[in-house]
Amino acid sequence: MSTANVTAFRRTAGPAVDRRRVTQGRVMRSEWIKLWSLRSTVYTLVAAVGTMIGAGMLLCAFMAAQAALPGSPHQALFDPAGAGLRGVSLAQLAVGVLGVLLVTAEYSTGMIRATLSAVPRRLPVLWAKAGVFTVVAAVLMIAASFTAFLGGQAVLGERGTTLAADGVARAVAGAGLYLTVVGLLGVGLGFILRNTAGAVAALFGLLLVLPTLGEVLPADWGRRVVPYLPSNAGQVIMSVRPAPGELAPWTGFAIFCGYAAVTIVVAAVLLKRRDA
Amino acid sequence: MIEANGLTKRYGGKVAVDNLSFTVRPGVVTGFLGPNGAGKSTTMRMILGLDAPGAGHATVNGRRYTRHAAPLHEVGALLEARAVHPGRSGYDHLLALAATTGISRRRVDEVIDLAGLGEVAHRRVGGFSLGMGQRLGIASALLGDPATLILDEPVNGLDPEGILWIRTLLKGLAAEGRTVFVSSHLMSEMALTAEQLIIVGRGRLIADVAVANFVRDSSRLTTRVRSPQAEWLRDLLAGPDVTVTGDVTGVLEVRGLDGEAVGRIAARHGVTLYELTPVHVSLEEAFMELTRDAVEYHGVTGRGTASVERSAA
Ligand SMILES: Nc1ncnc2c1ncn2[C@@H]1O[C@H](COP(=O)(O)OP(=O)(O)OP(=O)(O)O)[C@@H](O)[C@H]1O
Ligand SMILES: [Mg+2]
Repeated sequence: MSTANVTAFRRTAGPAVDRRRVTQGRVMRSEWIKLWSLRSTVYTLVAAVGTMIGAGMLLCAFMAAQAALPGSPHQALFDPAGAGLRGVSLAQLAVGVLGVLLVTAEYSTGMIRATLSAVPRRLPVLWAKAGVFTVVAAVLMIAASFTAFLGGQAVLGERGTTLAADGVARAVAGAGLYLTVVGLLGVGLGFILRNTAGAVAALFGLLLVLPTLGEVLPADWGRRVVPYLPSNAGQVIMSVRPAPGELAPWTGFAIFCGYAAVTIVVAAVLLKRRDA
Repeated sequence: MIEANGLTKRYGGKVAVDNLSFTVRPGVVTGFLGPNGAGKSTTMRMILGLDAPGAGHATVNGRRYTRHAAPLHEVGALLEARAVHPGRSGYDHLLALAATTGISRRRVDEVIDLAGLGEVAHRRVGGFSLGMGQRLGIASALLGDPATLILDEPVNGLDPEGILWIRTLLKGLAAEGRTVFVSSHLMSEMALTAEQLIIVGRGRLIADVAVANFVRDSSRLTTRVRSPQAEWLRDLLAGPDVTVTGDVTGVLEVRGLDGEAVGRIAARHGVTLYELTPVHVSLEEAFMELTRDAVEYHGVTGRGTASVERSAA
């Protein structure tokens, strides 16, 4: 069979259309357009940034008020950087849902069939969604994290800390990185489960429920397993001084990235194999 | 040019498409007809690489769809279910699809005009009428100016004006030398739009026939006979080129003999007739009869329904 482009038809109207091919970069551009052309995704991003900054500063304000009371028990344990970053626990809900929705909304609306018709090799779609999401989430969440930290410290005043203090800059940047990888896990689970409710439940089961189940394990078992659970491993990068028994910050984060990588690989295999 | 070779698809235990082979040629509109559940949409999804066939394969313009470097330039598709996110504007939807293949904004504007979407293109698709949704689907099919179009029930839900628009558009695209493959349940619609018909039932090929032949062969008269001695008459009328059917007691539908011949036979044997009426079989009825029982049909020959069962070479 000839490999020549079969374009024997005659155009009767309009100028000829330039014929380019599908490339990874073009699929990324397509995903970029998709991301910014839906109100729901834009709102979710705004919500993630908003809760990250808002909750962190609110908590700092609350702590500043409490700590001002004489003899407050909080004084000894007070972690000013941690307080500024506490928005993570809310922001991860928004970012995680966004990662899931980027994929499952295509399945629920049927858009995926248009997407995969344009890119029938399929994997470029997964790489593009993951890539665009990573860039957008990392930029916004790291920025939000620094804003939350700086805002929080401003509220705390002289009781606050600075980026120059040991481990603080890493913890602040780490909060943004953690959120980004949470979303990536969502993207992978979205492709695996192809259903919004299922993927959201799986994601937060993994991040929020699994660690509480870890607590019911026998103590010596638990001590060995619990630090390696996804959110426990992922969140050490946000603590200025990891507690004893926790993993080292970058080790934990690398393991968390490993979970995301495995999820994405499973997603890739299934995307290639299943009917759309 | 689309070539299907032994396409087969099972869902669970059910065979949706069964060893289906055909060729769709450029330059004419080819109708893909079959009753609900015949496997038309499944076949189209397999051609587009969305569903993997259990056996067989399909090529478009000489290659499997998934192997094309720029699929949108080869094939434009309109799928059965809307394949659009309702929260996005029609324009952004087209822009995102176009971006995958480096298709320009100018072309996006062009297909929006072509599909008559101008006014609504910047509104969210969720608010589109059925007709506007179909027009958006057509616009996305035309984006890459493809040599081949695969459209799953494009006239579904369209008003008469929309149907006429599609009909004219498809004929125009075929006249430009493109391959146009359109599915439908409606024989009458296809008779007006298509030149070639591929008819399927229960996942199998029933007929691959020129519309003109189908129309000629199926528009013969049948004769309706009502008689208190219908069963006896049925035996008397039997002959090699005669088909007698009858769903209602006392009523026979006779093909292959006109009213005169039936009346003469009845008189010769003293059979009482209450009614002897020539009936014109509509295309729709001919199509329904053809697809009523796909499996049964394979065993029956000489029923005079065109050049049936010409499998693709
Ligand atoms: N994803 C699926 N899972 C299970 N069964 C399916 C699936 N898709 C199609 N089928 C079944 O396969 C058969 C063929 O369906 P298909 O949609 O291809 O028919 P169709 O000719 O397009 O029908 P219609 O005219 O109603 O659109 C049907 O019995 C249908 O129920
Ligand atoms: Mg269908």
